[in-house]
Parts: sequence; C-alpha cells; structure tokens
Amino acid sequence: MTTTGGRVWLFGDNIDTDVLAPGHLMKLPARELASHCLKAVNPVFAKDVKPGDFIVAGRNFGLGSSREQAAESLKLLGLRAVIATSFARIFFRNAINLGLPAVALDVSDAFNEGDAAQIDLHKGVLKNQTSGTEHLFPAMAPALLEILDAGGLMPLLAKQLAAKKLRDAPRHPD
Amino acid sequence: MGLLVSSAQTLVEKIIARASSRGSVTPGDFVTVSVDLAMAHDSSGPRRWRPRLEALGVGLWDPERVVIVSDHYVPAVDAASAAILKDVRAFVRDYGVRHFFDMRGISHTIMPENGLLRPGMLAAGGDSHSPHGGAFGCFIAGFGATDMTAIAVTGETWLTVPQTRRVEWDGAPGKGVCAKDIMLFLCREIGTENHNLVIEYGGSAIAAMSMDERMTLCNMAAELGADTAIIEPDQKTLAHIRAHGGEVEDASLKRWRSDANVAYESVFRFDARSLSPQIAAPHYPGNSGALSDFEGAKIDQAYIGACVGAKYNDLEMAASVLKGRSVKSNVRLLVAPATAKTTERAAKSGVLATLTEAGAILLPSGCGACAGMGHGLLAEGDVCISTTNRNFKGRMGHKDAFVYLGSPYAVAAAAITGEITDPRDFLS
Repeated sequence: MTTTGGRVWLFGDNIDTDVLAPGHLMKLPARELASHCLKAVNPVFAKDVKPGDFIVAGRNFGLGSSREQAAESLKLLGLRAVIATSFARIFFRNAINLGLPAVALDVSDAFNEGDAAQIDLHKGVLKNQTSGTEHLFPAMAPALLEILDAGGLMPLLAKQLAAKKLRDAPRHPD
Repeated sequence: MGLLVSSAQTLVEKIIARASSRGSVTPGDFVTVSVDLAMAHDSSGPRRWRPRLEALGVGLWDPERVVIVSDHYVPAVDAASAAILKDVRAFVRDYGVRHFFDMRGISHTIMPENGLLRPGMLAAGGDSHSPHGGAFGCFIAGFGATDMTAIAVTGETWLTVPQTRRVEWDGAPGKGVCAKDIMLFLCREIGTENHNLVIEYGGSAIAAMSMDERMTLCNMAAELGADTAIIEPDQKTLAHIRAHGGEVEDASLKRWRSDANVAYESVFRFDARSLSPQIAAPHYPGNSGALSDFEGAKIDQAYIGACVGAKYNDLEMAASVLKGRSVKSNVRLLVAPATAKTTERAAKSGVLATLTEAGAILLPSGCGACAGMGHGLLAEGDVCISTTNRNFKGRMGHKDAFVYLGSPYAVAAAAITGEITDPRDFLS
C-alpha cells in the first residue's frame, strides 16, 4: 500500500461538491465531468494532475451534495489520496466506497504545492518526501480498510455475495 | 472512577439501537443497521444502480421499501435528460418499484406528502438534503450512490453512532422572520462543521411551528455539516402523517423521544423573539449575517424554489409580501413550487395568483436551478437572491454568478425593490 512520487496539490477550507463536480455538467460522461473538477478554484488542476498525486486540504472537504461524482472525479483523475483537516460526512463515505483513501489530518502547513508525498494507510503514516517530515494518523476502522483494500464497496459486496451465496434476492428479469 | 453508565438515551440512539437490534448504543459505536426505507432520485439512483445490480446479478432487497423520485432532470430539457428519465421509468418497471413519483416534485417534500415517513424509522436518502424528513421524528440521512446501491441490495448499511446536540428555540419569532432565518443564523453561530452530530431541535418556537417550517430546520442540517437533524414527534406530527395517508400509532409519541435526563453532547438555547431577518452572502451558507448588513445590494433574479424554500408555507410567506405589489421591471422573479400538490394547493388558495399577478414566472416543480439544472440558471456576473439552501460557487449556473440566500419573505421583498430589502417594510 505504499507508493512514491505523488505530487501534492494544496486546497483551502470548505472545498464543496459544486467545485468538485459542477451541477450543470452532471449529465456529462464521468471522465468528461472529471476534466472540470476543481476548475472554479484551480483552472489547471484537472489538466495537470497525474495519477498518484495527492490533495492536501483544509477543513470540511467535500461539503454539500451527496453526488458521488465529486469523489469519483478525483478517483478518475488518479488521486492516490485526499488528506484534509476534516471531511463532510457523505463525501468521506463516497470516497471510501469508491476506493479513494480519505484521511483526516491537519497537515496543510506541512506541505507546499508540488511537494512529493507518500502514504501507508495500514501503518497510518504520511510522509513529505520533499521536506523529510512524517505525519502519523490513527489507523482507520477495520471495516473501512476492508472496503479500501477490496478497491471499493462494490467489489467487496460482489465478493461477499459470492461467498455467502446470497442469491435469494429476486433476480433482475432477462 | 468506576463505570458510570446512564441508561438514558437520545431519540437518535433509540432508533439506531432498534435498527441494529441492540438494547442500547453509545456514540462512537460502529454498527450495522437495517434500513426501513430507501429513497433515490433520477440523478443519484437508477442510472447509477442498474449497472451495479446487473454486475452483481441481484435485484432490490425489498422493492416495497424503495422510493424512486424523478426530480432533478425534470422535465427533460434535452435528449440527454430525457434519456435519464426514460431509464428511471424502465428501472422502476423492471425492478418492481411501486413508490415511484415521476415529475411530481422534489423527493424530500414528496415523501411526507405521501405519508411515507414515521417516527422511529431509520431511512436512507440518496441526496444530501434527506435530513428534511427528520421533522417527522425519524432518523433519515443522506448517502451517495454506492452506499445507496449497497442498501438497495442488502437493506443494510453501517453507521458510527453520532452524538446528539440539542438546539432549542423559545419565544415567537417576529413578523417577517421564519425557520429559514433560524437556519442562516445557525450556519453562522454553530457553524457548518457539526460533524458526527445529529441536531435535535426543541423548544416552544419549534412546538409552535408548522410541519413545513420544521422541515426547513431539518433540511439545512446538511449545511450545518451534521449527520442529520430530528424533531421529537408531537400531535402535529401525527396529524400530518395521517392527513397524508400514512399510518402511525399514538404510542409513538411516548416511545420516540429523548429521555428526560439524557446527557446531550451540548445544549444551545436561543430566543426567537430577538432574531431578525438573515441573509447568507456568496458563496457559502455560513457567510451569513443580519439582512440589514446587506441592505441595498442589487439583484437581477429572485428565485423561490427547492425542497427547503418552495413548500406551501414558503409560497404563502412570499405572497404575503407580494400581495398588491409588483416585481421591479428589470428583475425576474422565478417560482418553482416544491411539488405538483403544492401548486394545486396554492392555486386553490389564491396564493399562486398573488404571485403571478405580482409578475412571478412559474417554473416546473423539481430541483431545477438550485441544483444547476433545468430553468433559471445564472449568467456570468448575475446576482440572485434565493430561498434555496446552498450558494456555492457555480451551483446555480456560471461560476462567476453571485447567490444570496434568504427567506421567502426576503426574496419576495428584493424582487419588489431590485435590491436586498427588509421584508418587514412590506408586512403590516
């Protein structure tokens, strides 16, 4: 679960779901919608972000709508994790459910834009490789790590359904 | 110190204990709960559920406990939104969903309008404003599409038991002051980061409020950042449920309330008599203050819409200001009643005619411009005052439009003068 070389993008407090996934663009296919992610606050982010990069943000990240596209856009852009001082409840659940690690940690002051970062979710360690600092966070609830390790709630549910043979629910008609 | 365990429980703890088949729960407990009712709409629901259900090869856990409402892309404005709505109809047919409301209005208002919520229920809504239904003494929270898919398949989800924060309002608010002002005030005073908390409203001001107004309080728990909000049921709650075709037992009044000696996370007490009209400035509901701080700000559009701001009482409040007056010539006043039944009731009572005679333009019922969809979106530089619950950058159209949030009274008053105006000037 350790990666290297992710670059950090810094954002402030109260990054809402409308700047993550604008309502008037919600009809667009997911990847196209993702190309507008955070444009209202950082016009180059969606264009320049690379798989493995990190977001480090302030308080109340993801406040607003239940729209999963807010987290899905970040996932599609390849974000390794979102680190924020605190998260809005639904965004946090959505991120974990889609296999995008969301870690509550107040480290905005410990990173500069473009710093290289590395995270270990199981050990609870975030490293700033540029400055050489380490930041510890409490391990996530085992149930949430299980979802992340499975790659999201749907893959986990598929595994559980297969294992338990929970096939007694009415089948979708052919 | 030895174990100091109180058996007293808050209403929310009692509901979660019941839904997780435990004798009691404690805030912080990680529990699996059975869901009594699951609601999803055309944006978050079927279009995101179907591919997943098909991949899993399963159907709905209980089609009778699933409510589907098409309220976001309604009515279709182009081929893409028409296709989304068509897919919802096909899903409802294929999966046997009976509680389906196609373009009848906004989900949060539709559910109580059809008596679907009862005290003590644990319900999941695929929309962030699901706390709206907490006005009926149930635990109802918002969830994203993947959570909702899992709920639709298993009838279960996980929760971390939240703490309960009691917010009491006593005294009668003055004329021109309503539940929306309370919420804009609270967004500032208790903030928008009430994380891992449920807000339980109480006090004489809440007891005196209509169900429509109580829904406004609970709806904007989303803006407070709380898990949800709840109000202990009273006779008014039961009467509303029964008048809308729902069944509820008298015994629920005693069963579904917080114990008298319970330890809340904290208790806030406010006096409604001293509250003045409030406004939230762009681009954040917590960016609020007394309306007098914003008086004179020019507006291009006044919008009366959304689950929170276009219920029957909201239209009535706007009409009380607009009666016998006219919308300023260079201002557009748009009204999108929350549901088709709201329109019907306002048409019968004369409220609708008061609004349209003043110059209001009537829009279809649905989430509309509040969710950046449908009609009434804003251009670059446009300034709007709105009865909706959020004013995030870009939410109602162009990212460089400006939205102020206010009560139906305040939005109506601004429509008359073309600038933010104290609505009490128009109320006798």
